[in-house]
Amino acid sequence: MNRTTEIPVQDIQPRRRGPWADFVFRLTREKPLGIVGGAIVALLLFCGVFADFLAPYEIDEIDILSRFAPISGDHLLGADQLGRDIFSRLIYGARVSMIVGLAATAATVLVAAAIGVPSGFFGGKPDIVMQRFVDAWTAFPYMLILLTVMSIVGRGMIQIALVIGILNGIGWSRVVRSAVIEIKGNDYFLAAHALGSAHAGTLWRHVMPNVTAPLIVIFSVSIGSAIMAEASLSFLGFGLPPDVPSWGGMLSGEGRRFMETKPVLALFPGIALATVIYGVNMFGDAVRDLLDPRLRGSK
Amino acid sequence: MQRYVIRRLLLIVLTLFLVSVIVFLMIRLIPGDIVDSMIAEMMRGGQILGEPPDRERLERAFGIDVPIHVQYGRWLRDLMLHGSLGNSLLSGAPALELIGSRIGVTFELGLLAILISMLISLPIGVFSAMRQDTFGDYLGRSLAIIFIAVPSFWIGTLIMIYPSIWWGWTPPLEVIPFTEDPIGNLKMFLIPAFILGMAMAGTTMRMTRTMMLEVLRQDYIRTAYSKGLRENLVVVRHALRNALMPVVTVIGAELVLLAGGSIIIEQIFALPGTGKLMLEALHQRDYTIVSGINMVVATVVVMSNLLIDISYAYLDPRVRYG
Repeated sequence: MNRTTEIPVQDIQPRRRGPWADFVFRLTREKPLGIVGGAIVALLLFCGVFADFLAPYEIDEIDILSRFAPISGDHLLGADQLGRDIFSRLIYGARVSMIVGLAATAATVLVAAAIGVPSGFFGGKPDIVMQRFVDAWTAFPYMLILLTVMSIVGRGMIQIALVIGILNGIGWSRVVRSAVIEIKGNDYFLAAHALGSAHAGTLWRHVMPNVTAPLIVIFSVSIGSAIMAEASLSFLGFGLPPDVPSWGGMLSGEGRRFMETKPVLALFPGIALATVIYGVNMFGDAVRDLLDPRLRGSK
Repeated sequence: MQRYVIRRLLLIVLTLFLVSVIVFLMIRLIPGDIVDSMIAEMMRGGQILGEPPDRERLERAFGIDVPIHVQYGRWLRDLMLHGSLGNSLLSGAPALELIGSRIGVTFELGLLAILISMLISLPIGVFSAMRQDTFGDYLGRSLAIIFIAVPSFWIGTLIMIYPSIWWGWTPPLEVIPFTEDPIGNLKMFLIPAFILGMAMAGTTMRMTRTMMLEVLRQDYIRTAYSKGLRENLVVVRHALRNALMPVVTVIGAELVLLAGGSIIIEQIFALPGTGKLMLEALHQRDYTIVSGINMVVATVVVMSNLLIDISYAYLDPRVRYG
């Protein structure tokens, strides 16, 4: 009697997907809301890059005859107090949000790494001094300091991106610093050290590759707040100049006087902004959960 | 405990010292000082015909004719000896007095915002955790995300516009003092505080849910259930108390955001608080007031965070500061 039973042998294949394909695969499997967010981010990028082709009118195409034009085939979302097409301005607004969001966040990551990596890597007195400054910095109300600096450096795209980026980066340097300290405690780092690897060598070969994950996470998590900060500053009149079609700026300034009678003016920029912040945040959260779940709850 | 508090207080003094250095340097190192902007403003306004005013005399009057470390030394001396943050460059009134007259409004707004955000976020966060992955949970989580994503200045603008069109309702433009008409005062602050508290409620809600989920899986919760306690009792008395600690920390961290958000809300609803004062001072380049507000708000934030940390020791017997 044959007592052996066939045990189905499961063919365990090593995963052959590359890191990017794997990321997209996990995103679709585990984070459906992240996909929604990703779609919104893609739409924002698409509108931002191709604004010139998508917008039916020029940014500042003033047409007094179509002042406050209602929603129609000519003006998909109507026109404002100068007869400018609101839909076109929203599309160009996407470009503004995209540029400010990406540039500011790039600056954030650079600053966070520039402070966090040496601080964590070398430690000692310079680290303590630097950390006290970071402490002082995080005690400031973010908006207050943004306003103060913006009022000094003046309105403009480059200014706002740099100011938001640098201010955010100082706070985030904490996360980079603790990531570096954690790497320093690992065996491979000690081994490299014992083998006589020079400081610069270990820094490049062992530390930098391992802080990329937190840096990517910082990037994706802080885009939303950068876009929101630009909109808030422009709303308060300290962000972009009034002729730049920023979503925040559209809700303030000249147009505000007419909103009592033409409430539609106030509606669409806010919807666009809320949708984008929602999408960017959802996408950023998904990226964080997949790449570095430990960062959950930090900031 | 005492030693801990003293150590923290020393650290706070250091932090505030650095804050003051940063504010001071930032305002004075970046090109373009008050004299430049005043002259530019006057020339533009056509108030000066002929010769521009004597720069040196103006610089001396504002005390910016000496090197920066001397300026800082003077400022620090005034603060230490006279408890003064300097005088307004425009009106000459003491900065502290000006800020003091406005801070009540901001304080009430912030306090109400925190209360409202907790009233919204704690019940929904707890409910979400108790009914994880049900329809109610999804609803609560979506609400939290929406609260975070919707810009406060947009909601504020809509509230200023639509109710006045539909029902002819407009928010009052004069502040009703609490001592004269408490109900009228609260009515006036309720909507701005609600908007301000919204974004905060979103974050707190998510934090409450996460912490509750973690606590509800603990052994002592199972014990509490197995000895026959009703669900409400388990949740409120055993789970919530333990889940609240990190939530309180988050609320402390949110104070910074609250101070920023109140600038926007005060602007929209024309509430004469420190946020509005800040915007006025920035427009007029009255940098004594600007740095004064930065200092005062930073102090309030740092001190409240200390109070929160101390309150841990009372809330949670496991926390002991040595």
